[in-house]
Amino acid sequence: MPFLTPDKATDTYDAIIVGSGAAGGQTAFTLTMDGARVLMLEAGRNYDPATETPMFQTPDQAPLREEGTPDKPFGFYDATIDGGWKVPGEPYTQTRTDDAGRFDWWRARMLGGRTNHWGRYSFRNGPYDFKPRTRDGLGFDWPISYDDMAPYYDKVEMLIGVYGSNEGLENTPNSSPGCLLPPPKPLVSEALIADRGKKLGIPVVAGHRAVLTQTLDWKTNSAKLYPNNPTAQQLTADSMKARSACLWATPCGRGCSVKANYQSTTVHLPPALASGKLDIVTDAMVHEVTLDQSGKASGVSFIDKKTGKHFHAKARVIVLAASSCETVRILLNSKSSAHPNGLANSSGKLGKYLMDTVGADLVGQVPILENLPPHNEDGASGGHLYSPWWLYKDAQKLGFARGYHIEFGGGRGMPGADTGSHMEWLTHGSYGKKFKDDVRRYYGSMVYFSGRGEMIPNENSYCEIDPNTKDKYGIPVLRFHWKWSEHETRQAAHMQKTFAQIIDAMGGKVRGKVESDGAKAIAPGGSIIHEVGGAIMGANANDSVVNAQCQTWDVPNLFLTDGAPFPSNADKNPTLTIMANAWRVSDHILDRMRRKEI
Amino acid sequence: MDRRTSIKWMLTASAAMPVTGALARDTESRKNATLATTAKGYGTDPKLIDTYHPGQLWPLTFNAQQRKTAKALSDLIIPADENSPSASEVGVVDFLDEWISAPYERQHGDRKIILDGFVWLDRESAKRFGAKKLFADLETAQQIAICDDICYVPEAKPPFTDAAKFFARYRDLTAGGFYTTPQGRKDLRYVGNVPLPRFDGPPIEVLKKVGLA
Repeated sequence: MPFLTPDKATDTYDAIIVGSGAAGGQTAFTLTMDGARVLMLEAGRNYDPATETPMFQTPDQAPLREEGTPDKPFGFYDATIDGGWKVPGEPYTQTRTDDAGRFDWWRARMLGGRTNHWGRYSFRNGPYDFKPRTRDGLGFDWPISYDDMAPYYDKVEMLIGVYGSNEGLENTPNSSPGCLLPPPKPLVSEALIADRGKKLGIPVVAGHRAVLTQTLDWKTNSAKLYPNNPTAQQLTADSMKARSACLWATPCGRGCSVKANYQSTTVHLPPALASGKLDIVTDAMVHEVTLDQSGKASGVSFIDKKTGKHFHAKARVIVLAASSCETVRILLNSKSSAHPNGLANSSGKLGKYLMDTVGADLVGQVPILENLPPHNEDGASGGHLYSPWWLYKDAQKLGFARGYHIEFGGGRGMPGADTGSHMEWLTHGSYGKKFKDDVRRYYGSMVYFSGRGEMIPNENSYCEIDPNTKDKYGIPVLRFHWKWSEHETRQAAHMQKTFAQIIDAMGGKVRGKVESDGAKAIAPGGSIIHEVGGAIMGANANDSVVNAQCQTWDVPNLFLTDGAPFPSNADKNPTLTIMANAWRVSDHILDRMRRKEI
Repeated sequence: MDRRTSIKWMLTASAAMPVTGALARDTESRKNATLATTAKGYGTDPKLIDTYHPGQLWPLTFNAQQRKTAKALSDLIIPADENSPSASEVGVVDFLDEWISAPYERQHGDRKIILDGFVWLDRESAKRFGAKKLFADLETAQQIAICDDICYVPEAKPPFTDAAKFFARYRDLTAGGFYTTPQGRKDLRYVGNVPLPRFDGPPIEVLKKVGLA
């Protein structure tokens, strides 16, 4: 029985993994494929995409036409359970609540975590992204380079399936041959953006998303991933065979019952469970890493959320993959006389250098997209195209360091509760038959631009334990401090200007105001849900929490495989890099285990 | 665009819509501001594959007269035409009732705007067309005379500013309720949400129309 009740998790495991999302899923996959016995502890409930995903349900079948509520912030059908920026009974605190100084923390308490609902955008960090300080003197370099990570990007792409193209653009790496799936054809709105973007000097290329545009080549991929491990090869091949290609319908954010996109629950966990090496306990709220007499990690303490009972589980190696902030919280709460400021915090850097992504959005209406012949534009339910950052040569002129990519979209998508809304600026208040004509005319003519850019870590953006607040389980909670620098706010203003230029080049009109004040244009901290950092990876024990292998400097058998060790947060959405890094670190753990060093 | 962006736009737009000031001073209005129900929301782990109906999760609000007003106004905004039925014919009044009765803050705000707006419509009807006249009982031309004064916030004259904000919100909700029904999707000639063996991109005539082929 791979799913255990907490009282049955009594073995001494090779590894305990806290968390089951992108990091936990990848770590469990890699460790079990090589035969390690793993216990996974997930704070949320068990979740089965095959039976729980609302495939093809329409908004009129949901309460409030599917619109978001505090219970389901991204809408009724979003594949988030017991989650959002507020989780009942699990508070956090903020030193500021205004838009400029706020950090909001998104969590999902479910097996697979946020991988069930994420946008599936899967970009590689480029060579510059691992050495940002070397390039411009700001932030921190990673103690590893792109070359260290590249083989693991290849592996992850082959395993999970990512569509995209190799364009040879600066700091936008190509994948090895055979890694990427063919990208879907652009929607008409995307093709138009590409045409006008190119005229403005903005590159527009195939998007990279973890969606199967065709079934995976299970034979080739599994052989490439595990050439000398027939068991792992078979398990991986079987799991790939069980996944269907995209149906070109029903949004990825709901999850996918036919496993056509990546979520930990459909890609990482099935083969790991099939290996017989993985046990999972759900509803297990881990709050502390325990130590033995020698100072090594002995296990973790957790609370069974169903009964409120306390349990302890033991393993040779402890891996925290609980999401950046939750991992930091567990370490800060693992206090002892030997570690009075929290475990793995002898550098004092634990909780520091928290980052999110710089986000700003703009909407336009484009007359030549009006009244187009009806055709199906559901597509892959996310960008078939995107614009990678293109102004590397202009860094000195821009007034901000680093850059952003552009995600955009448009088209005749499934009408929702906002269809026909907020159109007064176009309709001048029509109602009656004229209004119906107007809605038909404007439906499908809107284009949406989202900038997603790099934030540079700073001393004022961090988390710590709030000494005055505990959650409903009695676990001390995090308190967040947040501040953007001008590098971020100026970048947000640049996004606004760029999007307005593209909309203008399409002959369109901008909805609302083009915000020239970056401090107003930038989305509040945490709202893009790309939070990383808090347990920085570095080359020296005195100024970092983990080493290049994401092993904590203070405890040799304690590793972090989520976003917490990220020393920078490139504009490339972090999930693919979290998985590649988790695979890299897991290989290292296996190696150390084989050598009996841990 | 991702879901996050569309939510942000919705919230921005809603935030720009303050609870109607001048309409908010009498007892009826205070009553409208109270929560419909002590019912809870659907919680953070509702069953997603079930089909839900207005009234199933929390009690509804409209009395018979409010339903009549809601129907009259919804059908003025979305009347039947050669493409699709009227709003009320496809259940939009039930949706509006579900919406304003929901135990969530945003819907609670809309509840006050809409119920106050109904009161205003009846008072304005009586003022213009006779003491006993309710909005729902007016001739269509009379209803249109009122709506023409409140249908566009930027051009609404000062006495109608709050009523215009109500109308804008009501039109948005009516549209959202209507275009999410099968008839509304058909009206817009939405042809997706069906599995396809492959995705071929836009047809050539579409690309030609925008000058890309």
